[in-house]
Amino acid sequence: MDLATFLIQCLNAIQYGLLLFLVASGLTLIFGIMGVINLAHGSFYMMGAYFAYGLAPFVAAWFGESFVLTLVLGLALAVLIGYALEWAFFSFLYRREHLQQVLMTYGLILVFEELRSILAGNDVHGVNAPAWLAGSIPLSDLMTYPVYRLFISAVCVATGLVLYVVIRQTRLGMMIRAGASNREMVQSLGINIRLLYRIVFAAGVGLAALAGMIAAPVSTVYPNMGSQVLIICFVVVVIGGIGSIRGALVASLLVGIVDTFGKVLFPEGAGVVVYLLMAVILLWRPEGLFRSG
Amino acid sequence: MRFRFARLPMAFALFALVALAALPWLATPYMVDLTTKIMIMAIFALSLELLVGGTGLVSFGHAAYFGVAAYAAALLAPKYDAASLPLLFAIAVLAAGAYALVVGALVLRTRGIYFIMVTLAFAQMAYYIFHDTKVGGGSDGVYLNIKPELTILGWKPFNLDNGLHFYFFTLVLLAAVFVFLTLLLRSRFGCALAGIRVNETRMRAAGFPTYSYKLAAFVLAGMLAGVAGFLFAAKDGFVNPELLSWHQSGAVLLMVILGGAGRLHGAVVGAFALTLLQEAFASEAIFGSFAKHWQLLLGATIILAVALLPEGLTGVADEIRAWRLRRRDAGQSAGATDA
Amino acid sequence: MREVLLRATAISKTFGGLIAVDNVSLELRRGEIHALIGTNGAGKSTLINVLTGELRGANGRVELDGQDISAWPQHRRARAGLGRSYQRTNIFPGFTVFENCRLAAQAGHQRPWSLAQAAGRCAVSGGAAQRALRLAGLEGHEHRLAGIMAHGQQRQLEIAMCLATAPRVLLLDEPLAGMGAEETVRMLELLQGLQADHAILLVEHDMDAVFRVSSQVTVMVDGKVLASAAPEAIRANPAVQQAYLGGAQ
Repeated sequence: MDLATFLIQCLNAIQYGLLLFLVASGLTLIFGIMGVINLAHGSFYMMGAYFAYGLAPFVAAWFGESFVLTLVLGLALAVLIGYALEWAFFSFLYRREHLQQVLMTYGLILVFEELRSILAGNDVHGVNAPAWLAGSIPLSDLMTYPVYRLFISAVCVATGLVLYVVIRQTRLGMMIRAGASNREMVQSLGINIRLLYRIVFAAGVGLAALAGMIAAPVSTVYPNMGSQVLIICFVVVVIGGIGSIRGALVASLLVGIVDTFGKVLFPEGAGVVVYLLMAVILLWRPEGLFRSG
Repeated sequence: MRFRFARLPMAFALFALVALAALPWLATPYMVDLTTKIMIMAIFALSLELLVGGTGLVSFGHAAYFGVAAYAAALLAPKYDAASLPLLFAIAVLAAGAYALVVGALVLRTRGIYFIMVTLAFAQMAYYIFHDTKVGGGSDGVYLNIKPELTILGWKPFNLDNGLHFYFFTLVLLAAVFVFLTLLLRSRFGCALAGIRVNETRMRAAGFPTYSYKLAAFVLAGMLAGVAGFLFAAKDGFVNPELLSWHQSGAVLLMVILGGAGRLHGAVVGAFALTLLQEAFASEAIFGSFAKHWQLLLGATIILAVALLPEGLTGVADEIRAWRLRRRDAGQSAGATDA
Repeated sequence: MREVLLRATAISKTFGGLIAVDNVSLELRRGEIHALIGTNGAGKSTLINVLTGELRGANGRVELDGQDISAWPQHRRARAGLGRSYQRTNIFPGFTVFENCRLAAQAGHQRPWSLAQAAGRCAVSGGAAQRALRLAGLEGHEHRLAGIMAHGQQRQLEIAMCLATAPRVLLLDEPLAGMGAEETVRMLELLQGLQADHAILLVEHDMDAVFRVSSQVTVMVDGKVLASAAPEAIRANPAVQQAYLGGAQ
């Protein structure tokens, strides 16, 4: 592997890891704060990708082509949907056993997949990256790196920073931190726990959808795209430690690196490597790298 | 415990056995074939119920043992000759058990959500081993062309190529697994597992090596899943990595929960309910052109089931019984204070 | 001198940087009730958890009948005769009272491979459970659900489950917590009855009860043993009075 290839793989690994972080950070908060196993989280990622595909023509027709506006609209829509879903389906799951959460969110996956099939069909669709991000940066004589992938990483980093500031500096963030480390305590503090749950859930949906939207030009949009991301994000959440945003970040990057280089170095066993990593880490630390923090 | 596994399930089991034995004379060949498939899934669900309901271990990777056994049967059977049924059966079940032993020894160190996720991870590992490498023909899978045969001194009591024979072979195995698990759950071993499910700390303090108990249950469940996996491979003669996928693990977990975890017959009811619902929703005769959106109806039904039947389909009877027991007890303790 | 059943030497246990138990030694003799008192957080429950093997990774040596059991896992120590009760009621709430006790008794007669016999028909564990229930004063309540009994009765069940495993050493973590006056008297009578055949460690906050039944009292403060002597000597000990008894009264 020469230097340019190595550099490209590194960039890919980081970009993939950061994207996973967007999805996993919401998932880990929903796990940690509400104690809900949400199998449907991957569907929100898929929903976002289909927003990027489906909203673009509307935006183009009404406001002229604007990728950013599509993102903003899609994000707002996703947050609204998340808010409504929490109210309709998740609010009564908190006191139920994990088993029933698994069952119900599995049902939700089926519903989302079928709605997607009814609304957008079962074909694979491409989504165009905006023209101003379409170029490539030359790294060596033969190899280039697409600007759009850098844009993905940049959006993820920016979102991560916003998340950091919200969680560290605001009252909402304080409640989230308290909730992730000790659920009972928050309940006894007289915080409006229902509202907190609803906000966290909606934010989680928004993050997953944002990830789906910005990934769409690279990944294309296709049926069942959510379930692949879901399983990998479970791996990330568990490695990082349930409820820990910092853990999710470290684990996402770790998984991104291991997966990307696994594919390059052992193409035969690429799928196995990530799960092997998870198994090893959990045997070393049965509660993940950063348990709640 | 006693009040849970005794009366009602036995009546249910006998009734179900008679109904299933009579089915081939009443139903179409398609229905017989479908029921064979469901019974295989019922054995699979029963094996998971030993973990979920019997021991309190929610495994989200149970398809791995099903798939490993199916692959073992397909890969180790001779190519141009019929394999010996008992031998191939034993190999498949032991292969599943061996994988369960390795995985169980590791995953039983974790608990709760982590346990759910690590079992999933190990199943995904097995999935990718068969999917990405040439061990089992990659994503195309492998064929088991000739059905295994049982020969006793030159006499062949049945022929698995015959759908009816296969049906009864599966029914006998389902009944055997059901009886075995019924006995197991009310034996000392089963009661110890129930104790571990409710309060593992207390069981250790009383002197039970709980890790060994859980590992034994895990391996046993893996082997029983192997029975189902063997049947699956023998029935369709085709094995592919999807048998180990998380969708398969999810589906079998769904059967257990939908039927009602904590009750053996719940697993069987769940296997029938889920498969038949799926068939019904996908049937154009019933739902016309909407049938191609069967997932929507199935998903909505599942969500409703969670909302309305938290104890699963078979839980309704138990809830009534528990309520009556509580009422009787409340009456008794009121009497005791008076005295 | 009476026979020493359990001897703990120089037990220490730390959590991260916090020293929960600091170089504690004590001896439990058959025929004695040894009381362990101290404020909340003094390390009493941690000590019990170390002695029973529920907490691993402690320093020091635990001997049962002169045999070093420090490396044994919890279940092995329990089967060798180390029984315990929990500070917070720790039973099987969904099972009947009898099944709670029978299951505990089954630990001494496990035979997981005998699948043909229903556990409820196991005469050995059933008999042991019945004896333990009689000792603990729960006869007549066998078929009630444990989870919906009164608190005091659940505490009795806690003791009965401990007795059902036929232990020689009893480590009782606040068995009187939350009990009414009448129930307390009954429990103390039970303990005094058990005294003859057992070595008993009694962690308790109720000072009247402690001084009534115990023949030896150990006071723990901040993980360390402050004093260990006969009850009268403890009552007169100025350091104990200042650190503990004075504060409580």
